[in-house]
Amino acid sequence: MRKSVIIAGVGGQGTLLASKIISEAACARGLFVRTSETIGMAQRGGSVSSHIRIDAKDASPVVPSGHADIILGFELAEAARQIPRLAAGASGVVNMDCIVPTNVALRQGVYLCDEYLSILRERLPGGIFINGAPIALEAGDARTLNMVILGAGIGSGVLPFTEDEVRRVMRRCIRGGMLSVNERALELGMEAAARECR
Amino acid sequence: MDRRVCMGNEAIALGALKAGVTVVAGYPGTPSTEIIETFVREKAPNVKVQWSTNEKAALEVAAGAAYAGARSMATMKQVGLNVAADPLMSLSYIGINGGMVVAVADDPGPWSSQTEQDTRHFAKYANLPVFDPSSPEEAYEMVQAAFDISEEFGIPVMLRPTTRVCHASAEVMTEEAQSPGPISGFQKKPDWTIFPALSYKKHGELEAKQEKIARRFDSLVFNSLIAGGRRGVAVSGISYLYAREVIEEFGLDVTLFKVGTPYPMPKDMAEKFLSGVESVLVLEELDPVVEEELLLMSFGRVPIFGKRTGHLPPNGEYSYEIVRDALFSYLGIDAQKTEQPFMPELPKRPPVLCAGCPHRASFYEVKAASKNANKVIYCGDIGCYTLGNAAPLNMVDTCLCMGAGITLAQGLKLAEPDSKCIAFIGDSTFFHTGIPGVINAVYQNTDITLVVLDNHTTAMTGHQPHPGTGRTATGEPAKALSIEAILAACGVEHIAVVNPFDYEKAVDAFREAIDFSGPSAVIARAPCIFQTKKPATVRRVNDSCIGCLKCIKQLGCPAMTPGESGKVTIDESLCTDCALCSNVCPVGAIKRSGRDA
Repeated sequence: MRKSVIIAGVGGQGTLLASKIISEAACARGLFVRTSETIGMAQRGGSVSSHIRIDAKDASPVVPSGHADIILGFELAEAARQIPRLAAGASGVVNMDCIVPTNVALRQGVYLCDEYLSILRERLPGGIFINGAPIALEAGDARTLNMVILGAGIGSGVLPFTEDEVRRVMRRCIRGGMLSVNERALELGMEAAARECR
Repeated sequence: MDRRVCMGNEAIALGALKAGVTVVAGYPGTPSTEIIETFVREKAPNVKVQWSTNEKAALEVAAGAAYAGARSMATMKQVGLNVAADPLMSLSYIGINGGMVVAVADDPGPWSSQTEQDTRHFAKYANLPVFDPSSPEEAYEMVQAAFDISEEFGIPVMLRPTTRVCHASAEVMTEEAQSPGPISGFQKKPDWTIFPALSYKKHGELEAKQEKIARRFDSLVFNSLIAGGRRGVAVSGISYLYAREVIEEFGLDVTLFKVGTPYPMPKDMAEKFLSGVESVLVLEELDPVVEEELLLMSFGRVPIFGKRTGHLPPNGEYSYEIVRDALFSYLGIDAQKTEQPFMPELPKRPPVLCAGCPHRASFYEVKAASKNANKVIYCGDIGCYTLGNAAPLNMVDTCLCMGAGITLAQGLKLAEPDSKCIAFIGDSTFFHTGIPGVINAVYQNTDITLVVLDNHTTAMTGHQPHPGTGRTATGEPAKALSIEAILAACGVEHIAVVNPFDYEKAVDAFREAIDFSGPSAVIARAPCIFQTKKPATVRRVNDSCIGCLKCIKQLGCPAMTPGESGKVTIDESLCTDCALCSNVCPVGAIKRSGRDA
């Protein structure tokens, strides 16, 4: 059955690797997968999104509005930005940590933390909301936020993959020295989801 | 056969390896960069891969290899083709011996480009066939066919993927790379040397080939007719997938003409399509290339709707939503109004210079060094440093194309002799097209100041090496060309080299260069933050911070935010201890500290 996943974040947060792991896991299961990524200028701290469509041979590589079954929000405002793409009954994992853009710090535009959180909670009734940054630090590297979110995704059942499937792909995609810290982040993400689900 | 998830650019490189390509040359540019990077990663034996100085060099290197009978490929983004236009136009007359594919990535949107030009039009202008892949898996097959067609007709063939193919991934069935066969070698003959009489003859031959190629394209699998109702829809490129999804989701009854080769159009197939439908809607990004070909062929028999009729937008990229709405309106289907959910106001999040980027320091120092001048014009160029345009730096008054900053500054200076004109250029862009502009400034003795922002890499496209880095695309050691020696050889008489993180010295050096009468240059040299390990120290704001926010208001560093207490906080996971903020703080509240994170 077709599943559409959207990953929303800020350039530099590691959305690309998370997207690669999900698409490889889908492929390993024999499902035809399409993705579309933001690569280039926006990677320098801009809004980025990864689109993954599973079982989607004759379909757009970009998730159309109202078609996303699953959202992984790496940053609160960026998750909120993707609300128009959510399907009715979508589920998701949202990192509640805020990255306030430089232009807001310069008093251009607003950053409405509480409003983004409340609209996301309303649109994702079964959603998992975590503070990912401290968990990534606990795993040993701030850059493992992507694995924390991924872990929360599989731990909560939001992502339709098993821990085994994800670990197998991680071992192929992540360089030797970085693998253990990423695996630790995945485990901590799963634990965080278990606490949330309780 | 190997089943794998491939990015479009990866699929293009793997397809070329399958086709036995021997020589590959390109210049980085989004969204084309990962084609060469895949060749580098694959380390195929006997395949020679290079990042060339610019696209013109890349295309000529690939052409030379194809003269000798090797299969070759040149890669670039759409604006790179403008730089390579000179050799391409002549090469279409002269032709090649071994198959040659020119892969040019277009960027509808545009996401990371100056223009939304359409390479399919360029191909038509050059009388060269062009393939327009709709997906990574099709790009893999198309590039192989493109080599065959190139050899069959003795001319280069163009492959034009767009961002949503280049940076999309899909399952691709890949086959083992073919090791390049023996190369016939360069055969001397008069036909390799372009002269007016030869051009006249070759032009006639080239025009005659167009009809033959159009017929040949009728038999390619990339062109197809999917029969349905009397309403026709013609699609090219990524629009095919958007259309397929909409047609299936809503069960639309249309006859679909999938065009994989927009130029020349598959002739019989297009005729068959036009004679079987009562009207046509054309779905293609950028220029109305297929639309115009169909208009010419139908000659008023069948109404053709598209960009020319205002049914689809002339600019920007298409999407499922645009294609759905266009199909609904064309077929007279009432669109169900979807209720727009309430959305709180969202912040804009444009790309910014990274925390610790040496360019931020250079821009800030040049601003300080030129603050007493009557009028200063800052001419920017293409690279990460174009982001110096944003507030609060506001240090990019112009940006046009690769290498243009140096020469625009000269024209501005001629028109406004009382102004100070300062041009910024990155190291890779300097080698790409900067040097002729420097020579022009010296030759004309135009009083400009050039700032070379040398971070020792091609940063914006993902850190590719260039002639100044001392290594090649494949990581082999190379002679590192010295920018200061080149400037000196060009005749620049005032040249300084500074570390932009040495604040006082750098400001002085910029001031001296600006005050110098005649062309002057400062090389601001510090590595890109991605090229070095993060230091064990960071900057931390202590209690003496008065909350004036001068640091944020003047630097716009993404690691700094106003904290809840009104004092500034620094995100230690982003801070690189560049210390620029300490030079700005009026009360000395920002100090070095050990890193926690």
